Amino acid sequence: MPNVLKSILTHGHRQRLLFCLLLVAVLLLPFATDALLGRGWVRIVDFAMLYIMLALGLNIVVGYAGLLDLGYIAFFAVGAYCYALTGSPHLAMAYPLLFPDGLHLSFWIVLPLAALLAGGFGVLLGAPTLRLRGDYLAIVTLGFGEIIRIFMNNLNAPVNFTNGPQGISRIDPISVAGVSLNSTQQVMGITLPSVHLYFYLFLAFTLLVVFVSSRLEKSRIGRAWMAIREDEIAASAMGINTRNLKLLAFAMGAMFGGVSGTLFAGFQGFVSPESFSLMESVMVLCMVVLGGMGHIYGVILGGLLLALLPEVLRHSVVPLQQALFGKTLIDPESLRMLLFGVALIVVMLYRPAGLWPSRVRRRELESDEVAR
Amino acid sequence: MKCATIPASSPPILERRVNKLLEISGLEVGYGGIHAVKGIDFHIGQGELVALIGSNGAGKTTTLKALAGLIAPVGGQIDYDGRVLNAVPAHQRVSMGIALVPEGRGVFARLTVAENLLMGAYSRRDHAAIDDDLARMYALFPRLVERRDQLAGTLSGGEQQMLAMARALMSRPRLLMLDEPSMGLAPLMVKKIFETIREVAAQGMSILLVEQNARLALQVSSRSYVMEGGSITLSGASADLLGSDAVQRAYLGG
Repeated sequence: MPNVLKSILTHGHRQRLLFCLLLVAVLLLPFATDALLGRGWVRIVDFAMLYIMLALGLNIVVGYAGLLDLGYIAFFAVGAYCYALTGSPHLAMAYPLLFPDGLHLSFWIVLPLAALLAGGFGVLLGAPTLRLRGDYLAIVTLGFGEIIRIFMNNLNAPVNFTNGPQGISRIDPISVAGVSLNSTQQVMGITLPSVHLYFYLFLAFTLLVVFVSSRLEKSRIGRAWMAIREDEIAASAMGINTRNLKLLAFAMGAMFGGVSGTLFAGFQGFVSPESFSLMESVMVLCMVVLGGMGHIYGVILGGLLLALLPEVLRHSVVPLQQALFGKTLIDPESLRMLLFGVALIVVMLYRPAGLWPSRVRRRELESDEVAR
Repeated sequence: MKCATIPASSPPILERRVNKLLEISGLEVGYGGIHAVKGIDFHIGQGELVALIGSNGAGKTTTLKALAGLIAPVGGQIDYDGRVLNAVPAHQRVSMGIALVPEGRGVFARLTVAENLLMGAYSRRDHAAIDDDLARMYALFPRLVERRDQLAGTLSGGEQQMLAMARALMSRPRLLMLDEPSMGLAPLMVKKIFETIREVAAQGMSILLVEQNARLALQVSSRSYVMEGGSITLSGASADLLGSDAVQRAYLGG
């Protein structure tokens, strides 16, 4: 039967069929997850998509342009705080005279502004680090990420901008066409709870980010980024304006991070500096490296795996230990870190180009083996 | 140090009235206080193949980098085709027709051979002509045809040098600058590379060749400059330099 199918359908047809099947599967995913695992898991999948967007953004900086960024979560923070500040009663509470009702700007107005602001911060980080590469760049970007987090932590006095460590709560939910996503909706007899609605919104944004990424990868700009990654001197000898293109990579990556952060603030309804720790930057970088640096599908896979793994552990480790020993010996959080470490070492040993590397990287490794 | 000129052994002919494509006067380049190039003067005529020879650390590569715009000179002036180049950024010099084949070749290891060649044409927008040039490069370096879809990092040293040259030629330069094209290559490959350099020069390209292999460079070029400790100490027709005692002793092993 498959042979018959193969003979009927050309390669292009098969690809399209595969794509359609995949799309249907993804569209049904929240329902399947809800039925099989419970509603909490749909929420986890929603968060996983935010991570995928972050990983794809960082992939531009690290994977394409080869600039090691250890403070990437700062741009996520900028996006999140943008919406938190303008879409919550925080301003009304802090400055009742200036903003008696708070700002409560629409999410759709804040989103592009937040993306632009995050992009601006990307340039801000990129400009002084243009001459740095590798380890040195990593150290400066790490510092940048921490500076942003510490600012968020301390900007509650003398002017209360971020409400300090308490964070900003009661952020307005995202509305699409006047419908708040924090409600249950009935569409053609199908009940769509809030997490499902957010799922479809995030899916749309993830697809947009994937589309932009893949167009960038194949563009003149993308090729220039890769040339800079390979050899900066040779790249400028080719007539590439390395300064502008590096800044552009920082800005584009930061914009993706900003978009993801804005969505995060609207989804979670609460932001605090805790969410933007160095560990988060490291996690996003792990997603990129583990999945396959510079390869969109690989990065998506990495993001999905690393976002879901801690949740899987949380739900399996405790019951398992209870059943085996009658008590919890290792808490899932520390086990998670241990497993991460082991997984990273194993992947780097046996699949150094990542779990799902691009064709080019795979070929490179194969030819390495031939050379050996 | 005053620059000595080797007296011509052949009867002096009037210096050919060629247009100077590149003229450098008093060029000084330094890295934070240390001057690697201490005020040098030289020129390259239209269609001329000029060699810059000298031992390690003489300042040859630094000179090329300054010409390509990768380092800003501390002093002096670079005139190219009637324009002062000093303040022109590197990426604009490429579209003005200056191409550099960097030391150590600098191929983009994780891009394919074809992608490397396309990067060479990055500064150009004339797509049809780029395709023609691509075909010309494959004709000039048949080895690259078989390797077209291979990653550049997997090529042999000689093939990488061919690729680096082809990539530089893809920008349709008027001045091609080659930094140590013979470095680390097997003798047979060196011969091949130099044959190609001759071929490209014969088509009328102006070439500045930087080499440690003085004998080869002197054989292939028409005029040469000898650099020592950041200054040019000798200059003249390559054939004359090849026969001079000073050059023989210092660079050609007696």
